[in-house]
Amino acid sequence: MNSSSFGACNGKDHFSRRFFLRSTALTGLGWLTPLSQQLARGAEKSGGRPKSIIVLWMQGGASQLETFDPHPDSAISHGAKAIKTALPGVQFGEGLEQTAELANDFSVLRSVVSKEGDHARATYNGKTGYRPFPGLVHPAIGSIITHELPAPTHNGAPVDIPTHISITPGQFPARGGYLGAKYDAFQVYDPVNPVPDVKAWTDEARTGRRMESLSVLEKSFAAGRIATLEKERTLHQSSIERARNMMTSDLLAAFNVKEAPKAEQESFGDTRFGRGCLAAIRLVESGVRCVEVTLNGWDTHINNHEGQLKQKSELDPALASLIKGLKERDLYDDTLILVATEFGRTPKLNVTEGRDHWPHGFSVLMGGGGLRTGQVIGETDPTGISQDPAEKVRVEDIHATILNRMGIDHEYEFMTSIGRPIALSDGRPISALL
Amino acid sequence: MTSQFSRILIRLGALLVLVIAAIITLTWYLGSEDLAPLPSAEASDSLKESTARLNAAFETSWKALELESAPQALDHTIARRLSLALTGAAPSLEELRRFEKLAEGGDPTQSWLNHLFADQRYTNYVAERFARAFVGVGPGPFIIYRRRRMVNWLSEQLAMNRPYDELVSDLIASEGTWTTNPETNFITVSVIQDGDNKGPDEVKLAARTSRAFLGISLDCVQCHDDKFGDRWKQEDFHELAAFYGQADMTISGVREKSEKNYETAYKGKKDPSVVEPGVPFSEELKPEDGSRRKQLAEWITNGNNRAFARATVNRAWALLFGRPLVDPVDDIPLEGPYPAGFETLTDEFVKSGHDFRYLLRLIAASAPFQRASDSGNPDKPVTVEQEAAWAAFPVTPLRPEQVAGSIIQSASFRALDGDAHIIDKLRRFGETNDFVKRYGDQGENEFQEESGTIPQRLLLMNGKLVGERTGENPVMNSSTRVAHYSSSEKQAVDAAFLALLTRLPTPEESDHFAASLEKKNPKAKARASADLYWALINSTEFSWNR
Repeated sequence: MNSSSFGACNGKDHFSRRFFLRSTALTGLGWLTPLSQQLARGAEKSGGRPKSIIVLWMQGGASQLETFDPHPDSAISHGAKAIKTALPGVQFGEGLEQTAELANDFSVLRSVVSKEGDHARATYNGKTGYRPFPGLVHPAIGSIITHELPAPTHNGAPVDIPTHISITPGQFPARGGYLGAKYDAFQVYDPVNPVPDVKAWTDEARTGRRMESLSVLEKSFAAGRIATLEKERTLHQSSIERARNMMTSDLLAAFNVKEAPKAEQESFGDTRFGRGCLAAIRLVESGVRCVEVTLNGWDTHINNHEGQLKQKSELDPALASLIKGLKERDLYDDTLILVATEFGRTPKLNVTEGRDHWPHGFSVLMGGGGLRTGQVIGETDPTGISQDPAEKVRVEDIHATILNRMGIDHEYEFMTSIGRPIALSDGRPISALL
Repeated sequence: MTSQFSRILIRLGALLVLVIAAIITLTWYLGSEDLAPLPSAEASDSLKESTARLNAAFETSWKALELESAPQALDHTIARRLSLALTGAAPSLEELRRFEKLAEGGDPTQSWLNHLFADQRYTNYVAERFARAFVGVGPGPFIIYRRRRMVNWLSEQLAMNRPYDELVSDLIASEGTWTTNPETNFITVSVIQDGDNKGPDEVKLAARTSRAFLGISLDCVQCHDDKFGDRWKQEDFHELAAFYGQADMTISGVREKSEKNYETAYKGKKDPSVVEPGVPFSEELKPEDGSRRKQLAEWITNGNNRAFARATVNRAWALLFGRPLVDPVDDIPLEGPYPAGFETLTDEFVKSGHDFRYLLRLIAASAPFQRASDSGNPDKPVTVEQEAAWAAFPVTPLRPEQVAGSIIQSASFRALDGDAHIIDKLRRFGETNDFVKRYGDQGENEFQEESGTIPQRLLLMNGKLVGERTGENPVMNSSTRVAHYSSSEKQAVDAAFLALLTRLPTPEESDHFAASLEKKNPKAKARASADLYWALINSTEFSWNR
């Protein structure tokens, strides 16, 4: 194990020959060096691949009809209004004005389908690209990326804060699954509050005494036990060391959005989600690989239009400011963004004027990271009857596209602990985006 | 809503606890000399015979491998392992004091098991562990699935030590509503609520059944024949699923509906076809009559269906050791080869009439469980080979709720058992859930062994639970009380080691910590005591089973 960088996203053990061969083949680099540090830096610079990904997760099921796929002239709109976007002939739902102006900066996928209509299962499907399978937990996309890419650096030094982070995670934070708990997303709540558990309860002198006592205990535990217990199994003391590095890391400041200029803070909206998006930019700027920010509350079985409007009032300023902020910092090509949800909502209104779950054609937005933008992919039936949208995109295809763009072989088969090889993704990359 | 409610209750409770705990502390501490010894018990003759047969199998294998076995573990260590495995927390200081008074000649392991089996902590905790294998951890379908009821039902079955074959039969063939017949939640958890295909999901049920009750991962052939061997065909899985094909959701709950059929489209076929039920092996054990699910239940739990007994043995072993005998726990080869002891355990379990407590007693009495995890000789440590052959007790990570449970338990002298005050229990429930979420719960993958993570270390070093449980608080925390009321520093250190690590300190440890507690100022003493508790909680030994 590499003790010089944060464990959750430790890249050295995965900076394998396979990765090396692949990255050199991709970039045409012929040189060889045994120093992983140099390799890592070489890979960071190479080939214009994105370095990070930001996933905005719309928990509950955002309605495609009120967000990115309105049908204002059809009965299925049930009165919901649409607005123009920067793309001629393309409309978004009312309430997404700021995002609509930036429609050239991303692609809209309007024909996403899945086979899961239950929140827990569909979220799993959306985050991992696989349907739930007993006896095995698949890793979330962010876990795969942190596992596959080398440990990131910031100004030449290893990033000593977690490099896979979930902000306001809700019920289903991204998990490492079969890659191991160390690839789980590190969970933080509203960035207005301090990062949980990084502040010691005692002063330095007392902490020092505690650590001394700890070494007395560790010495007696090690006596007579398997010699490689710490190094190959528990990693207990090395985790403590790395946790202590993190507690004093300068990069922790990235979480503290209150340090950002006031005007910038305000542009994201005074919401947990807005602050989460601002923190996401600052974290990516600090070298973090993957940030997931959750916006909960999209499950509008009652009063759909009103509920979706409220959600959009939080999403719109945050998403638009996120894109602008990344561009201003010249990070947009280095950062892939994905706005996704577990499923869409039914074209029919139910008796309580709500929309129910609809996995048969919903919208996802992808941009940055050098993806092709300014286009709409797929089309749903304006009458809301067909469950078979044109240019269908399966959830797993989105995963394959992201991995492909990040320079990761999505077909690579990982040998899982249950002795079954599983491809990182069994989708097909969407060629229109690459 | 409920979590908010419980938070308010917990806050209110904290106030009350201040008063109650103050009284308990004083009365308990003054009366500690009067603690009754635990009743002493002997192993039954049949258990002694089973143990001898089982141990012979292990001895033979160790001899063949030319491996020495680790020394006998201390009684305290055995008690710790059993409490962690069967109640989800290390034993309390009070229980240990009573255990130490056990009469000469009794069997410590069996006496301790008697003590645990009579305790609600055992039935509640093991019920939860069972539930993970039977229905998973997810919230499941709305209204028609009540996980809590299911766990309570399992807990009741464990309390009366219901034969395990009967318990499993009830789950598979259950009929009625999810509230009055809680075992039906095994069926309702699979119900699909969206789309046209409403009703119990045969595929999910067949996957659960094959893994939890047969210890085979037949669901791997759901979509195509076995790629890694020729053992299983796609038909095997779907014919098993067809046993659930007539389960139906009605107004009166789960019922069998004889008109219903299970259909699937096999690989390479465009259209689905009706699948008739069929068992994947040992066809001679399947009864001819009865509803489909009754037939399946009888076939699975038949005393001659070795796969069922093996699956149970492997799970019980994993529960007690933190690591299954055959790994993964639910993928046991049907025709072997099996590790030493496995077939003997299976025989003995079947002979006992699928008595789950008997199985736990037998595993606890076995030579592997009685081994130490250290050699007792720093110059000749335990080897990986010894551990792999179960000639030394394996060092495995504790589960998050076991870590949380042990922290909370260690903060009070008395056992937080069925008799403990309701407020203590509420507090424990709230604290455990929050802690488990941050520590990282493996969900259904119960026995996936993982190294420690940084969030775990942060949580134990700086987290709220540890900070509050070890902080200077004379009413709530034993760390402060031990410092104040112990007659000597050495005694205070001994009590802390027993409460946290279930062992006495080594001379070196005793000297180090006793010296740190030598403070005139009571506040400084309380702080030093908090430091001692913090160090013990943050040691490898606290988070790992040994």
